Amino acid sequence: MLTASKGFWEMVSYLIKVGGKDFILGAEKTILLAVVGTAIGCIIGFLVGIVQTIPIQPRDVLIKKISLKIVRIIMSVYIEVFRGTPMIIQAVVIYYGSQEALGINMTAMFAGFVIISINTGAYMSESVRGGIDSIDRGQTEAAKAIGMTHFQTMFSIVFPQALRNILPQIGNNLIINIKDSSVLMIISVDELFYTTRTLVGAYYITYPTYLITCVIYLSMTFTCSRLLRWYERKIDGPDSYNLTGTNPKGIPVQNRRPTGLTMQMFNRKYNDQRSAMR
Amino acid sequence: MRNDNKTPVIEVRHLVKNFGKVEVLMDIDFKTYPGDVICVIGSSGSGKSTLLRCINLLETPTGGDILFNGKNIMDRKTSVTDYRAKVGMVFQQFNLFNNMTVLQNCMTGQIKVLKRSKKEAEETAMKYLTQVGMDPYINAKPHQISGGQKQRVAIARALAMEPEVLLFDEPTSALDPEMVGEVLEVMRELVENGLTMIIVTHEMAFARDVSTRVVFMDKGVIAEEDTPEIIFNNPTNPRTREFLARFMHDQD
Repeated sequence: MLTASKGFWEMVSYLIKVGGKDFILGAEKTILLAVVGTAIGCIIGFLVGIVQTIPIQPRDVLIKKISLKIVRIIMSVYIEVFRGTPMIIQAVVIYYGSQEALGINMTAMFAGFVIISINTGAYMSESVRGGIDSIDRGQTEAAKAIGMTHFQTMFSIVFPQALRNILPQIGNNLIINIKDSSVLMIISVDELFYTTRTLVGAYYITYPTYLITCVIYLSMTFTCSRLLRWYERKIDGPDSYNLTGTNPKGIPVQNRRPTGLTMQMFNRKYNDQRSAMR
Repeated sequence: MRNDNKTPVIEVRHLVKNFGKVEVLMDIDFKTYPGDVICVIGSSGSGKSTLLRCINLLETPTGGDILFNGKNIMDRKTSVTDYRAKVGMVFQQFNLFNNMTVLQNCMTGQIKVLKRSKKEAEETAMKYLTQVGMDPYINAKPHQISGGQKQRVAIARALAMEPEVLLFDEPTSALDPEMVGEVLEVMRELVENGLTMIIVTHEMAFARDVSTRVVFMDKGVIAEEDTPEIIFNNPTNPRTREFLARFMHDQD
């Protein structure tokens, strides 16, 4: 066993040798929790956000109006509760609560996915609602004017634009989840932070272990933020476009005759010229 | 150009629209027959745009009926989306779908609403984009083209649905003066092709040249409705006379 009297780099290399595998396993679980949790959380957020923005029209039947109202109240309660309480406490309540009160035995890892997903969902639904609200009403009106249903309008017009606008928010949530999944050590999910504590306990080396953990967290979050930036640019598409076809200046068909003339006037003028030439 | 068919494409009966306590439309009645080109003129706030938006139910009318080929669309059983697919609309602010290219803008409605195949939708879109002269720009995104070009694409998008009636809500009011001409030229071509249109406009010369009938709206009612010759040369209603005098004066 190493003691604190040894040099720093010696300790680090020793830790990597004895605990490298554990670090990697822990980091894998952390990234899995964060990515899956964010993905499911986004889906929850989108669904809640969409339902919250369904317009209620005077034309609609009463049952639709009432059920929408009830669903919306449930959703606001969900958002307020999960945004308004710490995730570490949610973890304990959900994991132990489901065991003791409901008799459901889920693995700590599964509970971890559930907790991160519903927590992210609560935040994302507000971002999605904001994203949808930020899209110009004209976009919705134009889609409706060509006969699209509310859901067609949402999925092919509003949604892709809102998604682009909230992509930075999704990135934020992913990075927050990478870091905050560490609170799941309270229900003994063996993610990176839990692993770190175990290694500290086993080898009595404190700060070099945490420093390694720090570097691992930072490299994960940095990679994710770069990837998302790249994806944002990819969605935006090229800055320029190519003209196509045989009419490169984009002259309207009817403008290919002298402007300001209707077809009849044009024909008349043309015929006059012809007869004058004879 | 009027058909012998006596059923109006669009008939508005006793239409009323209130925004809260403000009465924007009061008991509007008018008919549009196939082949009609109706220009709706009047000062700002007279209810022109609201009338147009009520016709395709972007605004829910407070009262009255709207009949499409004799069928009441205010009836809950009538499908609003089917009706809207047959009534095109061109907006003042163009409202092109920002997440799509010019070509996709003209295809999406055909695919999603009319259930046309991608190939058919593309052919139809190209046909109308060529008609408005925007065929070279099919790969451009809306933010990359000018206002006049956007409006021409918006017209092609509406035409690609092959509507029975096309509604224009001040199609040139948001354009720079030098771009107004190119849009009016495209619309003129549609008139020559015999398309039924209802046009809310401030372009008096255009209204005089193309319309079969002109509707003058004032303070939420139709103050006068007649042929362009009578409205512009010899209006009976003093309010029409006053509006046109003021308008022509401003133009000079």
